[in-house]
Amino acid sequence: MWQALYEELGDHGFVPITIAFDESPDAARPYIEKAEPEHPSLIDTEHVVAHRYGMINVPTVVWIDEEGNIARPNTMEYGSDLFIQFTGRESGPFLEAVRAWVETGEIRRDETVPDEMPPPTEEEELARAEWALAWFLHQRGRAEAAARHFDRAGELSPDDWTIRRGSMPIRGKNPMGPEFFELFKDWESRGKRSYANMANERRS
Amino acid sequence: MPSIPFTIIENGGSHEIDATIDRKRGDSVLRLATEPVLEALGWTQKPEGLCQGESCIPIGSRPNLITPQGVDLVARAEVLGRPIAVDQEESVASFGAETASHRSGLAKGIAPDFTLPDLSGKEHSLSSFKGKKVLLIAYASW
Repeated sequence: MWQALYEELGDHGFVPITIAFDESPDAARPYIEKAEPEHPSLIDTEHVVAHRYGMINVPTVVWIDEEGNIARPNTMEYGSDLFIQFTGRESGPFLEAVRAWVETGEIRRDETVPDEMPPPTEEEELARAEWALAWFLHQRGRAEAAARHFDRAGELSPDDWTIRRGSMPIRGKNPMGPEFFELFKDWESRGKRSYANMANERRS
Repeated sequence: MPSIPFTIIENGGSHEIDATIDRKRGDSVLRLATEPVLEALGWTQKPEGLCQGESCIPIGSRPNLITPQGVDLVARAEVLGRPIAVDQEESVASFGAETASHRSGLAKGIAPDFTLPDLSGKEHSLSSFKGKKVLLIAYASW
Protein backbone atom coordinates (compact mmCIF):
# COMPACT_ATOMS: atom_id res chain seq x y z
CA MET A 1 0.00 0.00 0.00
CA TRP A 2 2.59 2.52 1.09
CA GLN A 3 4.84 1.35 -1.73
CA ALA A 4 2.05 2.22 -4.22
CA LEU A 5 1.72 5.68 -2.66
CA TYR A 6 5.50 6.10 -2.89
CA GLU A 7 5.45 5.15 -6.56
CA GLU A 8 2.63 7.64 -7.16
CA LEU A 9 4.03 10.58 -5.16
CA GLY A 10 7.75 9.89 -4.72
CA ASP A 11 8.67 12.23 -7.60
CA HIS A 12 6.90 15.06 -5.76
CA GLY A 13 9.32 15.03 -2.81
CA PHE A 14 7.31 12.54 -0.75
CA VAL A 15 8.50 9.52 1.20
CA PRO A 16 6.63 7.12 3.48
CA ILE A 17 8.61 5.66 6.39
CA THR A 18 7.03 2.62 8.00
CA ILE A 19 7.98 1.59 11.51
CA ALA A 20 7.17 -1.80 13.01
CA PHE A 21 6.68 -1.94 16.79
CA ASP A 22 7.46 -5.65 16.78
CA GLU A 23 9.54 -7.64 19.22
CA SER A 24 12.01 -8.79 16.57
CA PRO A 25 12.85 -8.20 12.90
CA ASP A 26 11.55 -11.71 12.19
CA ALA A 27 8.10 -10.84 13.55
CA ALA A 28 7.84 -7.99 11.03
CA ARG A 29 9.67 -9.76 8.18
CA PRO A 30 6.67 -11.46 6.46
CA TYR A 31 4.79 -8.15 6.23
CA ILE A 32 7.78 -6.25 4.91
CA GLU A 33 8.79 -8.92 2.40
CA LYS A 34 5.25 -9.06 1.06
CA ALA A 35 5.11 -5.26 0.65
CA GLU A 36 8.49 -5.11 -1.15
CA PRO A 37 9.05 -1.51 -0.07
CA GLU A 38 11.56 0.76 -1.79
CA HIS A 39 10.97 3.39 0.92
CA PRO A 40 12.51 3.00 4.41
CA SER A 41 10.75 0.21 6.27
CA LEU A 42 12.16 0.16 9.78
CA ILE A 43 12.03 -2.05 12.87
CA ASP A 44 11.60 -0.47 16.28
CA THR A 45 11.80 -3.28 18.83
CA GLU A 46 12.26 -0.84 21.72
CA HIS A 47 9.39 1.48 20.71
CA VAL A 48 11.71 4.48 20.49
CA VAL A 49 9.36 6.23 18.05
CA ALA A 50 6.31 5.47 20.22
CA HIS A 51 8.10 7.11 23.15
CA ARG A 52 9.35 10.15 21.27
CA TYR A 53 6.05 10.84 19.51
CA GLY A 54 3.71 9.86 22.34
CA MET A 55 2.06 7.12 20.29
CA ILE A 56 -0.41 4.88 22.11
CA ASN A 57 -1.67 2.57 19.40
CA VAL A 58 -1.18 1.33 15.87
CA PRO A 59 -1.50 2.20 13.10
CA THR A 60 -0.46 5.75 13.96
CA VAL A 61 0.34 8.18 11.19
CA VAL A 62 2.26 11.49 11.49
CA TRP A 63 2.80 14.01 8.70
CA ILE A 64 6.22 15.69 8.79
CA ASP A 65 6.98 18.63 6.52
CA GLU A 66 10.16 19.55 4.61
CA GLU A 67 11.58 21.47 7.61
CA GLY A 68 11.13 18.56 10.02
CA ASN A 69 8.04 20.00 11.69
CA ILE A 70 4.92 18.00 12.48
CA ALA A 71 2.32 19.09 9.93
CA ARG A 72 -0.40 16.78 11.25
CA PRO A 73 0.09 14.93 14.53
CA ASN A 74 -0.69 11.41 15.69
CA THR A 75 -3.83 10.02 14.08
CA MET A 76 -4.99 6.46 13.56
CA GLU A 77 -5.22 5.99 9.81
CA TYR A 78 -5.45 3.04 7.47
CA GLY A 79 -3.93 2.59 4.04
CA SER A 80 -6.76 0.28 2.95
CA ASP A 81 -10.30 -0.67 4.02
CA LEU A 82 -9.36 -4.25 4.90
CA PHE A 83 -10.32 -3.87 8.57
CA ILE A 84 -13.01 -1.24 8.18
CA GLN A 85 -15.66 -3.32 9.99
CA PHE A 86 -13.50 -3.07 13.13
CA THR A 87 -12.03 0.38 12.66
CA GLY A 88 -14.89 2.30 11.10
CA ARG A 89 -12.35 4.62 9.50
CA GLU A 90 -12.18 4.83 5.73
CA SER A 91 -8.82 5.05 4.01
CA GLY A 92 -10.10 7.05 1.00
CA PRO A 93 -10.42 10.54 2.55
CA PHE A 94 -7.07 10.09 4.30
CA LEU A 95 -5.25 9.08 1.11
CA GLU A 96 -6.88 11.98 -0.75
CA ALA A 97 -5.70 14.33 2.01
CA VAL A 98 -2.14 13.02 1.69
CA ARG A 99 -2.22 13.55 -2.09
CA ALA A 100 -3.50 17.11 -1.61
CA TRP A 101 -0.80 17.82 0.98
CA VAL A 102 1.99 16.54 -1.27
CA GLU A 103 0.72 18.33 -4.36
CA THR A 104 -0.46 21.67 -2.92
CA GLY A 105 0.68 21.84 0.71
CA GLU A 106 -2.91 21.96 1.93
CA ILE A 107 -3.39 20.27 5.31
CA ARG A 108 -6.89 18.86 5.63
CA ARG A 109 -8.23 18.17 9.07
CA ASP A 110 -11.37 16.60 10.42
CA GLU A 111 -12.81 16.22 13.91
CA THR A 112 -10.61 13.20 14.64
CA VAL A 113 -7.35 15.05 13.97
CA PRO A 114 -5.98 16.99 16.95
CA ASP A 115 -4.57 20.45 16.18
CA GLU A 116 -1.36 19.62 17.93
CA MET A 117 0.39 16.73 19.60
CA PRO A 118 -1.02 16.19 23.07
CA PRO A 119 2.04 16.32 25.34
CA PRO A 120 2.64 13.16 27.35
CA THR A 121 1.63 13.21 31.01
CA GLU A 122 4.13 12.46 33.77
CA GLU A 123 2.55 9.03 34.20
CA GLU A 124 2.99 8.31 30.51
CA GLU A 125 6.63 9.38 30.62
CA LEU A 126 7.23 7.16 33.64
CA ALA A 127 5.40 4.31 31.91
CA ARG A 128 7.91 4.58 29.07
CA ALA A 129 10.86 4.43 31.47
CA GLU A 130 9.24 1.30 32.95
CA TRP A 131 8.82 -0.13 29.45
CA ALA A 132 12.52 0.43 28.67
CA LEU A 133 13.44 -1.29 31.93
CA ALA A 134 11.12 -4.22 31.13
CA TRP A 135 12.55 -4.55 27.63
CA PHE A 136 16.10 -4.59 28.96
CA LEU A 137 15.25 -7.28 31.52
CA HIS A 138 13.43 -9.31 28.85
CA GLN A 139 16.51 -9.23 26.63
CA ARG A 140 18.63 -10.41 29.55
CA GLY A 141 16.34 -13.41 29.97
CA ARG A 142 14.85 -12.06 33.21
CA ALA A 143 11.26 -12.81 32.23
CA GLU A 144 9.71 -12.55 35.69
CA ALA A 145 11.36 -9.27 36.51
CA ALA A 146 10.46 -7.96 33.04
CA ALA A 147 6.80 -8.90 33.64
CA ARG A 148 6.70 -6.74 36.78
CA HIS A 149 7.74 -3.70 34.79
CA PHE A 150 5.57 -4.40 31.74
CA ASP A 151 2.66 -4.58 34.20
CA ARG A 152 3.70 -1.39 35.96
CA ALA A 153 4.00 0.43 32.62
CA GLY A 154 0.48 -0.72 31.70
CA GLU A 155 -0.91 0.47 35.05
CA LEU A 156 0.68 3.90 34.61
CA SER A 157 -0.60 4.30 31.06
CA PRO A 158 -3.63 2.00 30.78
CA ASP A 159 -4.76 3.27 27.37
CA ASP A 160 -1.40 2.70 25.73
CA TRP A 161 -1.83 -0.31 23.46
CA THR A 162 1.81 -0.21 22.39
CA ILE A 163 2.57 -1.15 25.99
CA ARG A 164 -0.32 -3.38 26.94
CA ARG A 165 -0.93 -5.18 23.66
CA GLY A 166 2.60 -4.71 22.32
CA SER A 167 4.07 -6.59 25.30
CA MET A 168 1.82 -9.62 24.78
CA PRO A 169 3.91 -11.38 22.09
CA ILE A 170 7.05 -10.61 24.11
CA ARG A 171 5.50 -12.31 27.12
CA GLY A 172 4.24 -15.31 25.17
CA LYS A 173 0.62 -14.12 25.27
CA ASN A 174 -1.70 -14.13 22.28
CA PRO A 175 -2.41 -10.52 21.19
CA MET A 176 -5.68 -11.74 19.65
CA GLY A 177 -6.60 -13.94 22.64
CA PRO A 178 -8.51 -13.53 25.91
CA GLU A 179 -6.02 -10.99 27.32
CA PHE A 180 -6.65 -8.77 24.34
CA PHE A 181 -10.42 -8.87 24.87
CA GLU A 182 -9.86 -7.98 28.51
CA LEU A 183 -7.73 -5.02 27.44
CA PHE A 184 -10.38 -3.98 24.92
CA LYS A 185 -13.16 -4.06 27.53
CA ASP A 186 -11.04 -2.11 29.98
CA TRP A 187 -10.24 0.50 27.33
CA GLU A 188 -13.91 0.72 26.35
CA SER A 189 -14.98 1.17 29.99
CA ARG A 190 -12.70 4.18 30.35
CA GLY A 191 -14.18 5.89 27.33
CA LYS A 192 -12.10 4.56 24.39
CA ARG A 193 -9.36 7.13 24.66
CA SER A 194 -7.82 8.13 21.35
CA TYR A 195 -5.53 10.89 20.11
CA ALA A 196 -8.49 13.13 19.33
CA ASN A 197 -10.14 12.90 22.74
CA MET A 198 -6.77 13.04 24.54
CA ALA A 199 -6.16 16.38 22.84
CA ASN A 200 -9.60 17.59 23.91
CA GLU A 201 -9.14 16.41 27.51
CA ARG A 202 -5.90 18.29 27.89
CA ARG A 203 -7.20 21.46 26.31
CA SER A 204 -10.08 21.67 28.77
CA MET B 1 30.90 -2.31 50.69
CA PRO B 2 30.90 -4.90 47.91
CA SER B 3 31.22 -3.69 44.38
CA ILE B 4 28.44 -4.90 42.10
CA PRO B 5 27.57 -4.21 38.48
CA PHE B 6 24.63 -1.85 38.16
CA THR B 7 23.05 -0.94 34.84
CA ILE B 8 21.64 2.46 33.90
CA ILE B 9 19.45 2.63 30.81
CA GLU B 10 18.84 5.91 29.03
CA ASN B 11 18.23 7.15 25.50
CA GLY B 12 18.03 3.59 24.24
CA GLY B 13 21.55 2.73 25.44
CA SER B 14 22.73 1.04 28.60
CA HIS B 15 25.71 1.78 30.82
CA GLU B 16 27.24 -0.92 32.98
CA ILE B 17 28.59 0.75 36.08
CA ASP B 18 30.78 -1.05 38.53
CA ALA B 19 29.31 0.59 41.55
CA THR B 20 28.84 0.21 45.24
CA ILE B 21 25.34 0.26 46.63
CA ASP B 22 24.78 1.16 50.24
CA ARG B 23 22.04 -1.22 51.27
CA LYS B 24 22.78 -0.88 54.99
CA ARG B 25 21.23 2.51 55.49
CA GLY B 26 17.90 1.16 56.61
CA ASP B 27 16.05 3.39 54.16
CA SER B 28 15.27 2.81 50.53
CA VAL B 29 17.78 5.30 49.12
CA LEU B 30 19.64 3.82 46.23
CA ARG B 31 23.13 5.26 46.04
CA LEU B 32 25.66 4.53 43.36
CA ALA B 33 29.28 5.56 43.45
CA THR B 34 29.19 9.12 42.19
CA GLU B 35 32.04 9.26 39.74
CA PRO B 36 31.20 6.27 37.56
CA VAL B 37 27.57 7.42 37.34
CA LEU B 38 28.43 10.96 36.32
CA GLU B 39 31.07 9.75 33.88
CA ALA B 40 28.74 7.27 32.20
CA LEU B 41 26.03 9.88 31.80
CA GLY B 42 28.34 12.67 30.66
CA TRP B 43 27.99 14.91 33.72
CA THR B 44 30.60 16.64 35.86
CA GLN B 45 30.30 17.97 39.37
CA LYS B 46 31.38 21.62 39.64
CA PRO B 47 30.95 24.30 42.31
CA GLU B 48 27.91 25.54 40.30
CA GLY B 49 26.24 22.15 40.52
CA LEU B 50 25.83 19.22 38.15
CA CYS B 51 26.99 20.23 34.70
CA GLN B 52 26.67 18.88 31.21
CA GLY B 53 28.98 21.01 29.10
CA GLU B 54 28.21 24.63 29.93
CA SER B 55 24.75 24.06 31.35
CA CYS B 56 24.57 23.43 35.08
CA ILE B 57 21.82 22.52 37.50
CA PRO B 58 22.41 23.91 41.00
CA ILE B 59 22.22 21.26 43.72
CA GLY B 60 23.01 23.43 46.76
CA SER B 61 19.50 22.99 48.15
CA ARG B 62 19.87 19.22 48.03
CA PRO B 63 22.69 18.28 50.37
CA ASN B 64 21.65 14.61 50.27
CA LEU B 65 21.85 14.26 46.49
CA ILE B 66 25.56 13.53 46.53
CA THR B 67 27.19 12.34 49.73
CA PRO B 68 30.48 10.50 50.33
CA GLN B 69 28.37 7.32 50.07
CA GLY B 70 27.40 8.15 46.53
CA VAL B 71 24.73 9.77 44.40
CA ASP B 72 21.04 9.24 45.08
CA LEU B 73 19.77 8.09 41.69
CA VAL B 74 16.11 8.84 42.29
CA ALA B 75 16.86 12.34 43.58
CA ARG B 76 19.13 12.91 40.60
CA ALA B 77 16.24 12.01 38.29
CA GLU B 78 14.04 14.54 40.11
CA VAL B 79 16.66 17.26 39.80
CA LEU B 80 16.92 16.62 36.08
CA GLY B 81 13.14 16.47 35.69
CA ARG B 82 13.30 12.95 34.34
CA PRO B 83 11.21 9.94 35.30
CA ILE B 84 13.09 6.93 36.62
CA ALA B 85 12.10 3.27 36.92
CA VAL B 86 14.20 1.14 39.24
CA ASP B 87 14.52 -2.58 39.90
CA GLN B 88 16.73 -2.90 42.95
CA GLU B 89 16.75 -6.71 42.92
CA GLU B 90 18.00 -6.75 39.34
CA SER B 91 20.31 -3.76 39.87
CA VAL B 92 18.90 -1.83 36.93
CA ALA B 93 17.52 1.69 36.59
CA SER B 94 15.96 3.30 33.55
CA PHE B 95 15.84 7.07 33.00
CA GLY B 96 12.97 8.32 30.87
CA ALA B 97 13.01 11.33 28.59
CA GLU B 98 13.65 14.75 30.06
CA THR B 99 10.01 15.52 30.65
CA ALA B 100 9.96 19.30 30.18
CA SER B 101 12.05 19.46 27.02
CA HIS B 102 10.29 16.44 25.54
CA ARG B 103 6.95 18.16 26.12
CA SER B 104 8.03 21.56 24.87
CA GLY B 105 9.62 20.03 21.75
CA LEU B 106 6.39 18.25 20.91
CA ALA B 107 4.34 21.33 21.80
CA LYS B 108 6.39 23.39 19.32
CA GLY B 109 5.62 20.77 16.71
CA ILE B 110 9.20 19.64 16.14
CA ALA B 111 9.33 16.07 14.84
CA PRO B 112 11.72 14.17 17.13
CA ASP B 113 14.60 12.57 15.24
CA PHE B 114 15.29 8.84 15.40
CA THR B 115 17.63 6.29 13.86
CA LEU B 116 16.38 2.76 13.27
CA PRO B 117 17.47 -0.29 11.25
CA ASP B 118 15.65 -1.91 8.34
CA LEU B 119 15.45 -5.69 7.83
CA SER B 120 18.99 -5.81 6.44
CA GLY B 121 20.30 -3.95 9.50
CA LYS B 122 20.97 -0.72 7.57
CA GLU B 123 20.23 2.34 9.70
CA HIS B 124 18.02 5.23 8.59
CA SER B 125 17.53 8.60 10.32
CA LEU B 126 14.49 10.83 9.97
CA SER B 127 16.81 13.86 9.77
CA SER B 128 18.29 12.62 6.48
CA PHE B 129 14.88 13.19 4.82
CA LYS B 130 14.81 16.96 5.44
CA GLY B 131 13.49 18.67 2.33
CA LYS B 132 10.91 15.94 1.74
CA LYS B 133 7.39 15.46 3.01
CA VAL B 134 7.48 12.37 5.22
CA LEU B 135 4.53 10.20 6.13
CA LEU B 136 5.45 8.29 9.27
CA ILE B 137 3.41 5.10 9.62
CA ALA B 138 3.78 3.10 12.82
CA TYR B 139 2.26 -0.38 12.74
CA ALA B 140 2.76 -3.79 14.31
CA SER B 141 1.94 -7.42 13.64
CA TRP B 142 -0.03 -7.63 16.91
